[in-house]
Amino acid sequence: MTAHTPSIPQLTDDLSTPPLTLWQMGWLRFRRHKMALAGVVILILLLAFSFGGTVFYSEKEANFTDTSLRLQPPSVQHPFGTDTIGRDILARTIYGGQISLFIGIISVVIETLLGILVGALAGYYGGWVDSLLMRITEALLNIPTIFLLLVMAKFFGNEIPEIEIGGRVFSGSVIVIVVIIGATSWMYLARIVRAEFLSLKENEFVLAARATGTSNMQIIFLHILPNTFAPIIVSSTLSVANAILSEAYISFLGLGVQPPTATWGNMLDSSANYLDSAPWLWFFPGMLILLTVLSINFLGDGLRDALDPRSRTV
Amino acid sequence: MFRYVIKRLLEGIPLLFFISLILFLLMMNVGDPIATMGGRTITRPEDRERLKRQLGLDKPIIVQYAYWLAGNDWTTVDVDGDGVPDKQGTRKGILRGDFGTSLVTKKPVTELVGERIPNTLILMVAAEVVTILFAMLLGIYSALRQYSAMDNFMTTLLFVAYSMPIFFVSLASMYVFAILFKRWGLPYLPTVGMFDPQVGKTASQILSHMVLPVFTLSVPYFAAYSRYIRGTMLEVMNQDYVRTAKSKGLPRRQVVYIHALKNAAMPIVTVVGLDLPFLLGGAVVTERIFAWPGMGRLFFDHVSRSDLPVVMGILMLVAVAVVLFQILTDVFYAWLDPRIRYD
Repeated sequence: MTAHTPSIPQLTDDLSTPPLTLWQMGWLRFRRHKMALAGVVILILLLAFSFGGTVFYSEKEANFTDTSLRLQPPSVQHPFGTDTIGRDILARTIYGGQISLFIGIISVVIETLLGILVGALAGYYGGWVDSLLMRITEALLNIPTIFLLLVMAKFFGNEIPEIEIGGRVFSGSVIVIVVIIGATSWMYLARIVRAEFLSLKENEFVLAARATGTSNMQIIFLHILPNTFAPIIVSSTLSVANAILSEAYISFLGLGVQPPTATWGNMLDSSANYLDSAPWLWFFPGMLILLTVLSINFLGDGLRDALDPRSRTV
Repeated sequence: MFRYVIKRLLEGIPLLFFISLILFLLMMNVGDPIATMGGRTITRPEDRERLKRQLGLDKPIIVQYAYWLAGNDWTTVDVDGDGVPDKQGTRKGILRGDFGTSLVTKKPVTELVGERIPNTLILMVAAEVVTILFAMLLGIYSALRQYSAMDNFMTTLLFVAYSMPIFFVSLASMYVFAILFKRWGLPYLPTVGMFDPQVGKTASQILSHMVLPVFTLSVPYFAAYSRYIRGTMLEVMNQDYVRTAKSKGLPRRQVVYIHALKNAAMPIVTVVGLDLPFLLGGAVVTERIFAWPGMGRLFFDHVSRSDLPVVMGILMLVAVAVVLFQILTDVFYAWLDPRIRYD
């Protein structure tokens, strides 16, 4: 019998390269995406700026007001100038950056959890669960986000106590903003996850899992969900940019994070009134927001190309 | 086709009903409308109680929703606020076209919103026309010179434009075109309002005041659309019929603008149709920065004062516009592309 089999080992040797997983292939493709790599570098620099900057400026300095020094142009003492009540803008962009990035990331965590939950349940169970959840999703998608955000900001933002974490005092509105951004942005992700579940649940491995008596929850979260990670990661990355923008929009409109806690968004509030006399008021925080959003968009774009399961090229 | 439209319209009704319910529940808790009414502070508790009864704010949420939706002219309401319902209600409800009266200005919502709609529409239509026109030009240009230095440069630039927050665009453009231009002695653009009150509401005044808000609204959409047009153009230019047209010896201009563009432009209709109502979202920020008296600013001013009838009225108008535009887009697309049949 063995004498008749052709020499298979030789043949496989010719094929040489072992099969790559999606993640390995993704990394190989991502490395080639120059813009995405640039995005990662800028993001690391921005993180270093807002967390490393604490070495040079304490939070007291960021909130220290000196009205005799109001609206000072950039100088050696105040490299980014001072604001309307004499606070140092460089120090505030450092601490504001922490809050803006924190809001961006945590609200996307909430968004992702909600989106996965709604999408997975709707896609897996179908029927009335699907109809109900998708009607809610559609209803929320039909209102431009900024309207929802403003209504929600008023809804939750009535009386918020200040909170103290690790010796630093934060305005409670940070938590409110995180929650409302998360609660108004999960709809797209839910749709993506639902679509993935609709096709994945028809696969044999789901049938096999069911045949061996696996519970529905285990099938959803352990068997199907890991197969949807690639589109979820892409969508969530891009959402961080949107969340930072949303925070900036509502804070810019005065309904977001309340002072003394600085964010890049609320530093821009009322800067329009000093457009002529103090352009540094909006330039520095605005540029930082733009840089962050831009580099996250580049990163997300790179991830989208890298993690596309249909693409076979390395 | 007719049956399809009817079906879609009927599907839209429960959706809108659902939206109104969610928003109404949210709006019920956005704060105390009495606290900020008409700029006065009402301190005496008995006055507050009386006002609440007069405005019907003491009723359960579901009753308030029913009044808002279907009116209260079939029941008696407490007009003088003494706790005894005495007079027949006068509200007709949103279903019969009565959006209620503003709690802040006491004017009917239809009047308040009605005088703002044209101002916002001017901005939106102008922004959309400018966006499509320039996006088409740039999209075609980059598609015909794929991977050239210019194409790569524009790709990067558009990525930046796409990531720009609206407020950043507006502040930067105000700074350059109004303040720096003024400083340099160049003709500069106005930044505030719709017209100079000393000159009056003339066409040229409105036009010059429109430039910066329209520019601001267009930038992010321009970036997205021109990328999109570049993509569809590239796809169409590789089709067999375009090759045929080229090999017949047709002038390049004719191949690009007549044969290719016709088919490349079709998918844009979908994007534009679905985006159009969402431009209103951008209008909230833009109108506030440029003090443009439109619906976005009306919304912002009244949401800050918890004025439920006005806020609900605007939100429902937007929702209806979104639903209608979705249907219109589908119908228009089927009309443009005879391969699509909805039956």
